[in-house]
Amino acid sequence: MFSFEVGSLLNIGLVFVVGLVVAIMMIWVERRFLGFWSDRLGPNRVGPFGLFQVIADAVKMLTKEDWIPPFADKFTFVLAPMVLPIVMLLSLGVMPFAPGVGIMDLNIGLLFVFAMAGLASYSTMLGGLASNNKFSLLGALRGAGQMISYEVFMGISILGIVILSDSFSLREIVEAQEDGWFVIPQFFGFIVFMVAAMAESHRWPFDLPEGESEIISGYNTEYSGMKFGLFMIGEYIGMVVMSALIPVLFFGGWHAPFGLEFGNEIISGLFWMGAKTSFFLLFFVLVRAALVRPRYDQLMNYGWLVMLPLALLNLLVTGAVVLYQAG
Amino acid sequence: MFKAIGKQIKIIWTQIVTLWLVFLHLFKKADTVEYPDVKPYMFPRWRGRIILTRDPDGEERCVACNLCAVACPVDCISLQKTEDEEGRWYPEFFRINFSRCIMCGFCEEACPTHAIQLTPDFEMAEYVRQDMVWEKEHMLIQGTGKYHDYNFYKVAGKAIGGKGKGEAQNELPPVDRRGLLP
Repeated sequence: MFSFEVGSLLNIGLVFVVGLVVAIMMIWVERRFLGFWSDRLGPNRVGPFGLFQVIADAVKMLTKEDWIPPFADKFTFVLAPMVLPIVMLLSLGVMPFAPGVGIMDLNIGLLFVFAMAGLASYSTMLGGLASNNKFSLLGALRGAGQMISYEVFMGISILGIVILSDSFSLREIVEAQEDGWFVIPQFFGFIVFMVAAMAESHRWPFDLPEGESEIISGYNTEYSGMKFGLFMIGEYIGMVVMSALIPVLFFGGWHAPFGLEFGNEIISGLFWMGAKTSFFLLFFVLVRAALVRPRYDQLMNYGWLVMLPLALLNLLVTGAVVLYQAG
Repeated sequence: MFKAIGKQIKIIWTQIVTLWLVFLHLFKKADTVEYPDVKPYMFPRWRGRIILTRDPDGEERCVACNLCAVACPVDCISLQKTEDEEGRWYPEFFRINFSRCIMCGFCEEACPTHAIQLTPDFEMAEYVRQDMVWEKEHMLIQGTGKYHDYNFYKVAGKAIGGKGKGEAQNELPPVDRRGLLP
């Protein structure tokens, strides 16, 4: 029960507590690093290095007036922010973190993650629709279009990996990368997936559903207090999920680079998985700090005219090479 | 076809260059001045908190001419003139509503006696809005401010107690018009 095997109580506690704590601490990490990257300091007042800023933020969120606008559809309005963190936490459940660490090993783990990512777009759509506000509706509209179109080639981009590893199970995909990371044979798949992952968690520069300079705050304009907080936490958990998924799919998961394994298999695995996940979390923040938001038609053009052909080409070439090698 | 591919490669390349250049800012010193811990240098001509000064003799400089109140673009100054037994004019009350004041310094420019002056102090936050309304006793300082030697009644023609007509600096005695007759 309290041992490192998949689905044990220890694992469930570990994954959810660490996942949530990392997601919440990302608020501080993101603001701090955004500060550094724009020659500022970021929050450094509350506690050592401003670490308790998160607590201050939480207190602020929880004590804010929880207001439902009278013109909103109340049931959907309350439902929408709950969807996002729940589905994101569920997709954290199939993530393999180290040998024997993980909550469940679905043989369709990859599909499960995509299903959950697809459900997450309901949060945006319902939130914007229920707010009964024109800017929210515009945000939801953008969110729906963006997520549906980027999900298409997000799915196609990782089919190459499924071909190479012969499995939809995330754990088996990681185990198939023992001899070499998939980022090398699947480099274009990696690029497409990276872009799609950013668009899918509607992080900057793909924050068109929010786009505060154009449509105030998009789908969460009418939200305040902890309902907005749930949207935010959901986005950060989504960021953690995507940052964990990229190493799992492309960078060998818990396998150490250059044979730098040490000590116990689980300890080493957790360390390297954590290191890779942190790298991609910081990369997400760097992208937010550096890149600018595209126009909506640019976003759609880029998705359908560049990324989709690239993903299809990648799938085609991978399939051909695998068939050729099989003889 | 190749042109389009080249364009896309260029787009991605510029994004990567942007990422790298922004990443390098991690090793640069932040521009932030950590304000309550590090006080910035305030230049002497900074337009901050408004004071009322006294002349070198220690009397109020303000002669309640109302020019500051007229010059004020947000109408935050109000005052009432009164006169003491020597004939000196001074404000009975002098009130500045700092919740309106925009620190433009027009009052200082308008003041004919250098009485009203702006100082480099800017830390004037209050918890109660009514505390932003300052009266004369809050603003009147004991010193002369930026102009140490200026004494309005010493150079002005107005007669006050102890100084009659024509006794001011650089002032001739009043002309006896009958003496000018041919």
